[in-house]
Amino acid sequence: MRADQVRKIFDGHAVLRGISLDVARGELISIIGPSGCGKSTFLRCLNFLEIPDSGTVDIAGVTITRTGGRWTRQEEDAAHRLRAHVGMVFQSFNLFPHRTVLDNVMLAPVRVKRMPADEARAEALALLDKVGLSAMATRYPDTLSGGQQQRAAIARALAMRPDVMLYDEPTSALDPELAEEVLSVMRTLDNEGMTQLVVTHDMRFARAASDRVVFMDGGEIVEADDPDRLFVAPEDPRTRRFLRSVL
Amino acid sequence: MKPGLMALLLALVMFLPVASHAAPLRWASDAEANVPFVFHDPADQSRLTGYEYEIAQAIARRLGRQTQFVQNDWDGLIPGLQRGLYDMVIDGIEITPEHEQGVLFSRPYYMTTERITVRRDQQGLDTLEALHGHVVGTLKDTTAERMLQADPSISIRAYEEETNAYTDLKNGRLDAVLLDGTIALYYGSPDPDLKLVGAPIGQVAYGVAFAQGNSVLRDQVNAALDGMMRDGELHRILARWKLWTPAMAALTGDASTPEIAPDAWDHYRAATAPTTGWRARFDRYVSFLPLLLHGALLTFAVSACAMVLAVGLGLALALMRRYGPRWLGALATLYVEIVRGTPLLIQILFIFYALPGIGLRLSPFVAGVLALGMNYAAYEAENYRAGLQSVARGQIEAAIALNMTHFQALRFVVVPQAVRMVIPVMTNDFISLLKDSSLVSVITLTELSQTYVRLSSTYYDYFGTGLLIGVAYLLLGLPFVRLARLAEARFHTGRQRQGHI
Repeated sequence: MRADQVRKIFDGHAVLRGISLDVARGELISIIGPSGCGKSTFLRCLNFLEIPDSGTVDIAGVTITRTGGRWTRQEEDAAHRLRAHVGMVFQSFNLFPHRTVLDNVMLAPVRVKRMPADEARAEALALLDKVGLSAMATRYPDTLSGGQQQRAAIARALAMRPDVMLYDEPTSALDPELAEEVLSVMRTLDNEGMTQLVVTHDMRFARAASDRVVFMDGGEIVEADDPDRLFVAPEDPRTRRFLRSVL
Repeated sequence: MKPGLMALLLALVMFLPVASHAAPLRWASDAEANVPFVFHDPADQSRLTGYEYEIAQAIARRLGRQTQFVQNDWDGLIPGLQRGLYDMVIDGIEITPEHEQGVLFSRPYYMTTERITVRRDQQGLDTLEALHGHVVGTLKDTTAERMLQADPSISIRAYEEETNAYTDLKNGRLDAVLLDGTIALYYGSPDPDLKLVGAPIGQVAYGVAFAQGNSVLRDQVNAALDGMMRDGELHRILARWKLWTPAMAALTGDASTPEIAPDAWDHYRAATAPTTGWRARFDRYVSFLPLLLHGALLTFAVSACAMVLAVGLGLALALMRRYGPRWLGALATLYVEIVRGTPLLIQILFIFYALPGIGLRLSPFVAGVLALGMNYAAYEAENYRAGLQSVARGQIEAAIALNMTHFQALRFVVVPQAVRMVIPVMTNDFISLLKDSSLVSVITLTELSQTYVRLSSTYYDYFGTGLLIGVAYLLLGLPFVRLARLAEARFHTGRQRQGHI
């Protein structure tokens, strides 16, 4: 997975000032930085929930290069192909409230991939088992705790068999003990070789679980390094200032 | 959705006009509350009767044709004629210069005069001049109305239904009623609280109405009427209804006075005699049931089909406005504004009577469903728009991130949630649609409300019949309320935790 010189301007204000990042297969990368630094926008540009103004995104062989101008039909088709390789998990879970947990997980494989319902159900149940929710399959999302909902959301994303998982502050809405349920699922996936990008405020997780940590500020990547080096001996004064304020 | 579609198709098949091989003589009248012209026999509501009904049958017999009766609302009779819904209208239509501008008339088949009816205890109001300064009822757009208009001091109440005029006279809202002798004889004179006073006033001639230019049929009917006058058939019919008048003798040159029993008049009087005792009353209400059932079925069929249309079209409009390209959204907005800004009654009449002008001929049932459905679609569209807006943006993002197309996201994620949210509002709208469906009576459909008009005016019983009809509407509405409750309960997935971030 590769991002090259991704730029995004909102209302004349540059949110992303040319972000480039190469991610190796199986890497777990945490993206940290102060609020408004553009880290969530960057993540959302990777699966084109936000349309970058310029730059290249290349995931699992699908390459989209933007050079300004209108978002075309062809580009949307390419984005659709690209999203087949990318799963996403949101801060507010965004489970479908009108469907059971099982149906949430099955919906996209059945409707998008045209997978037979039996097969989709079996896979969904296996995924729910994996995230520890097999007992909750027939419940509606609003009857679950936040941690359970977020694990269901992860199972839902995994059901599309992505190559890359994007997490947009997955634990920010959760109490610490519930957050831990979610983080442990992410660690399990890391062990299985899943490529994961996590925008997070959880410094403990970023430091303990990441292969690399990216620090962003003012729409730029300030520093990207091994967590032990970045947290212990950051090179840039901005990184140091940020870490001092949050640790 | 499938059962709904089935019902729609079934209803369409049931109500499509049946093509016939022998080209019967299609004639129209308003048989609701229309004694003694054309009306449903009080003793057997499934049977049409009336002196004009018999004249129509006699004409057809002489032309060697079968008849096909078309029920239409009084106001729609002439437009329907011009539309070609039927070949002729027989409904006590007065031959006046104004009417002659719109239709072609046969020679008069009946002559009568205007009569004043007052309350039994009333004194003195027995001439046109004596009505000076009083409140007088009549039917709108008639010779009687024009006579009253000649004296500006008379406060005129012009009614659609003669029964309403006489009821208001009894209730003291009117001082007198001026109407054709035929009507006065049947509505005014039998009533113990009312009396006919004074001498006959003026003269009115009724003619069969045809579309402009249909002089072929007009000439045939004239010939038939001539024959009926010559051989006494017209005399016999009118005498049986107690309607033979000196003016008719003058018109036909038939001065004979054969012994003809007024059996039709007697039959009518016997069937409508005020019932005494709850037993007789109960029996009468039971005899209404088949008619009520028929009206209720039609009301239900029209409403259900219109609802299916309203929900589908409403959703489409809402989606166009929210997610469609700008021009399509503007078009949908225009539609909603126009439909919401004009009366439903006008829309129904427009679709039924005006669209044939551009080559779109719809059966009354289809036109009614279309008008109601398209009207309610505008309101449903607004509901759905609110529903769609209330579905969180994150829901679409989650769907897109799961590699759904925008269409799939709408279909599987957004719309189902919006629908669940608007169900309570929709239930209200549907019950109101059920009631608004009464408006389709103006395009020849005899649904529940029209059944009320017919029954209550036949028996002068607005109270008991009204209660019956009210119960029928409530029973019809109940399944919808119940259905909506069930749906709400089933869809109730609660959104209490949804926004707690």
